[in-house]
Amino acid sequence: MSTQPTPPGPKTNRIGLTVIDYKGGKTTLCAGCGHNAISERIVEAMYEMGVQPERLAKLSGIGCSSKTPAYFMNRSHSFNSVHGRMPSVAEGTLLANHTLMALGISGDGDTASIGIGQFTHLMRRNLPMIYIIEDNGVYGLTKGQFSATADVGSKLKSGVVNELPPIDTCSLAIQMGATFVGRSFSGDKKQLLAMLKAAIAHRGTVMLDVISPCVTFNDHDGSTKSYKYVQAHEELLQEVNFVPFFEDISVEYDAGSTVDVTMHDGSRLRLRKLEEDYDPTSKIQSITRLAEAQEKGEILTGLFYVNTHTPTLIDHLNLTDAPLATLPESLVRPGREVLEAVMEELR
Amino acid sequence: MLYNKVFRPSRAQSAALFFRKAERMSSTEVGPRSSAGESGQARVVNDLSIQVATVNGSGSQSSNTVLLRSIFQMGVPVSGKNLFPSNIAGLPTWFTIRANKDEYVARKKEIDFLVAMNPETAREDVLSLPAGACALYDEPLALHSLRSDLIFYSVPFDKLVAAIGVEAKLRKLVRNMVYVGVVANLLEIDMAEVKKAIAKQFASKAKAAALNLAAAQAGFDYAQSSLRKHDRFYVQRMDKTAGKIVVDGNSAAALGCMFAGVTVVTWYPITPSSSLVETLIDYLREYRIGPDGKATFAVVQAEDELAAIGMVVGAGWAGARSMTSSSGPGISLMAEFVGLAYYAEIPAVIWDIQRVGPSTGLPTRTQQSDLSFVATLSHGDTKHIMLLPASVAECFSMAQDAFNLSEQFQTPVFVMSDLDLGMNNWMSDPFVYPTEPMRRGKVLSKEELDRAGKFFRYKDADGDGVGYRTLPGTDHPAAAYFTRGSGHNESAQYSERPDDYANNMERLNRKFNAARAAVPRPEVIKAPNSKIGILAFGTSHWAIVESRDQLRDEYKIETSYLRLRAYPFTREVHDFIEQHDRVYVVEQNRDAQMLGLLKLDVRPELVTRLRSISYSNGLPLDARSVTDALTTMEGK
Repeated sequence: MSTQPTPPGPKTNRIGLTVIDYKGGKTTLCAGCGHNAISERIVEAMYEMGVQPERLAKLSGIGCSSKTPAYFMNRSHSFNSVHGRMPSVAEGTLLANHTLMALGISGDGDTASIGIGQFTHLMRRNLPMIYIIEDNGVYGLTKGQFSATADVGSKLKSGVVNELPPIDTCSLAIQMGATFVGRSFSGDKKQLLAMLKAAIAHRGTVMLDVISPCVTFNDHDGSTKSYKYVQAHEELLQEVNFVPFFEDISVEYDAGSTVDVTMHDGSRLRLRKLEEDYDPTSKIQSITRLAEAQEKGEILTGLFYVNTHTPTLIDHLNLTDAPLATLPESLVRPGREVLEAVMEELR
Repeated sequence: MLYNKVFRPSRAQSAALFFRKAERMSSTEVGPRSSAGESGQARVVNDLSIQVATVNGSGSQSSNTVLLRSIFQMGVPVSGKNLFPSNIAGLPTWFTIRANKDEYVARKKEIDFLVAMNPETAREDVLSLPAGACALYDEPLALHSLRSDLIFYSVPFDKLVAAIGVEAKLRKLVRNMVYVGVVANLLEIDMAEVKKAIAKQFASKAKAAALNLAAAQAGFDYAQSSLRKHDRFYVQRMDKTAGKIVVDGNSAAALGCMFAGVTVVTWYPITPSSSLVETLIDYLREYRIGPDGKATFAVVQAEDELAAIGMVVGAGWAGARSMTSSSGPGISLMAEFVGLAYYAEIPAVIWDIQRVGPSTGLPTRTQQSDLSFVATLSHGDTKHIMLLPASVAECFSMAQDAFNLSEQFQTPVFVMSDLDLGMNNWMSDPFVYPTEPMRRGKVLSKEELDRAGKFFRYKDADGDGVGYRTLPGTDHPAAAYFTRGSGHNESAQYSERPDDYANNMERLNRKFNAARAAVPRPEVIKAPNSKIGILAFGTSHWAIVESRDQLRDEYKIETSYLRLRAYPFTREVHDFIEQHDRVYVVEQNRDAQMLGLLKLDVRPELVTRLRSISYSNGLPLDARSVTDALTTMEGK
């Protein structure tokens, strides 16, 4: 009889998987790229929430950001589609199988320029998926041209100054109908992780704009999306905390200083107020606050808007519970009598 | 580009069929009056074309449908073609109805009987008639002075409408039903059939039915009492339409898709394709609600054609039978995604209801002009399967072929219909219920993965170029793979290696060649000892059938005929060209697009046998144009 203690097995999550089960391939992005940090947070969030990797579909467009699904969660199907059109591919995927969880990764060029049409219509449909913009204000893969989220006055390495106003993708998403909208920073591990976990618990379109500095083309003085600049100008709207449904939620909180939101799966989103009157369930307030931030030159982060009761596109379509993709022939091919009846009508 | 769908009877109208059958028993019987060739000419029975010239939006569509159905109900083969403007109301529109005892249903070049209701075009309409034709016109137009070699009938439409006692705002709409009565009387179309057709057309609106019937009757009575028939055209009962259906190609395609088990439909409105999806929505809502009361389908109207095809591709990737329907301008927008679907090997069914290009072109006219463009749609080396329906029955059956082929070969499949087929009404035998089960292609289940352990998404395991795929959501740790439009190896990993790229492209080529044996084979009619072959496809077929008879009867030219039904070309196509000295490739476009595709495919020494008969003016092809072109090229 051995008296030696059994060596502890690797740490597992609530469905018995280790963090290794959520890993992806080795990144080919530049060392220090904000996108890699976001991939790491995604792995942590999925692991900690106990998402079955096989239930996730990863989708992306084209660009540095859109390459990243290859760098996390290899056990999930992934689709690196065409530039600016990931939303439609995600929509089709969920129409075919609405039991999947969908995670879309896009960039500021992929979303705010070539993809702005599909982006707005995705928000409008409130498709149940997570849409992340890895936002660095430049086109990295084509070597550093401005994107449409670049701030006025922001300077390229070559000295070119952007003169056109940036598109605020968060404000746009809220106006269009997304039901969970926030902004974070790739360098803020805690906030980003909490927001990602809440995103997983939400049913509806989640739109997260994550400022993610491009170390190669947009991290210099004069850039408004550099690590230094974001750290100096970040303004937190609130402190984002998340308590998943499978953890003890009896922790006390002060209703006066905290907004508590119950998510679709029973999880709790706890937002400790830093701005006393801010109500994240008010569309009007969120848009006003974002406009103010832009006026003041603040990089406002936090959860701007959440709405847990708006029906999604899937709800509107009244789809049968099983995925459409794999319905048996008996359910999708009407019988002979139907064809005969239709033929009779046409005589 | 919106188009109000006036062609197909609404579902509600159709549902009242049994009621109408009972009603027929009590209809007023109107006997034909005696008129035995008063002009002294030989009677022409069941062989004429009627052209009705009206103003768009004036309710003429209902009148024309009633006239067409009345002839159909008399057992006479009939076809109708709507030559309409891209406009909701106000521009000129023409509807041609052809009744033909020999079942020729192509557009007839010559008009025998004009109904001139549109002051704006009346003069030109009359001037373009062949000598001996009839022209029925609205009295104030006084067209009889234009020609002395026509037979004119003048009808005071406004007075007749006023006499019915219709309120002013409805006059314009029922006015057109008056000519139906006049034409019925002159051609001896049974008024009981007109009444039945009106009941079908206005099944859900009793008041409108009564009003329209009164208008038709007023026309009939006026002709009976005030017009002396002195033309030679007659419609007589036959038995050639018993059991047949009348339907437009878009509705037939919609039915075909429903029976093919489509589950995801995404689309963007465009003439002449919209009615396909609109009809499909009606059918799905009626017949595809599952036992749980929920939908076994999803239809989404996308923000544009790029999104429509993107959704189709996403859904196909996730395992659905997904489709979209569009026309030239929309297909242009889909090019990038179609290339992705080709390279990433994702099933997708795309209907192209072709209209006249280039650019916006003539949105409401027909053409077969997207062929060479679709065959290789998207940048890079791409090739796509195209199916070429010629009839409404093929719109139905090829819907199933399209889904089966697309899943079997994991690639986009185009069904190349056209405006003439899609939006016009055609007679047909009833459609045949699918004879084979849905073929879902090489999709690995969890159990199969348990046995195999792993799989290689893009490996040619079976020698047909088609790899095995898994669907997202498959509960197996080895199920996932990475789908991309960038270079990849057999394991679906990113690769820029020259050998990976070349091997993959060669495999795609093998796959395309494997499809040659699986696509619908052509229909071949061999004329013994004939050196002349005709090769045609799609709606040109109906003109070819008639033209071959003209060639034989008028010129003693026997021709073989191959009706192409798919691209890539099958063995029969090569054999056919081999067996004939001259093969006339007939198609409805300027640039001989199909001939161009054939040139790339046949042995070089056979290329010189191919001759082009290209027809391109926006109107459906007629037999005479083919006959004239072919005889000229044959030196006759």
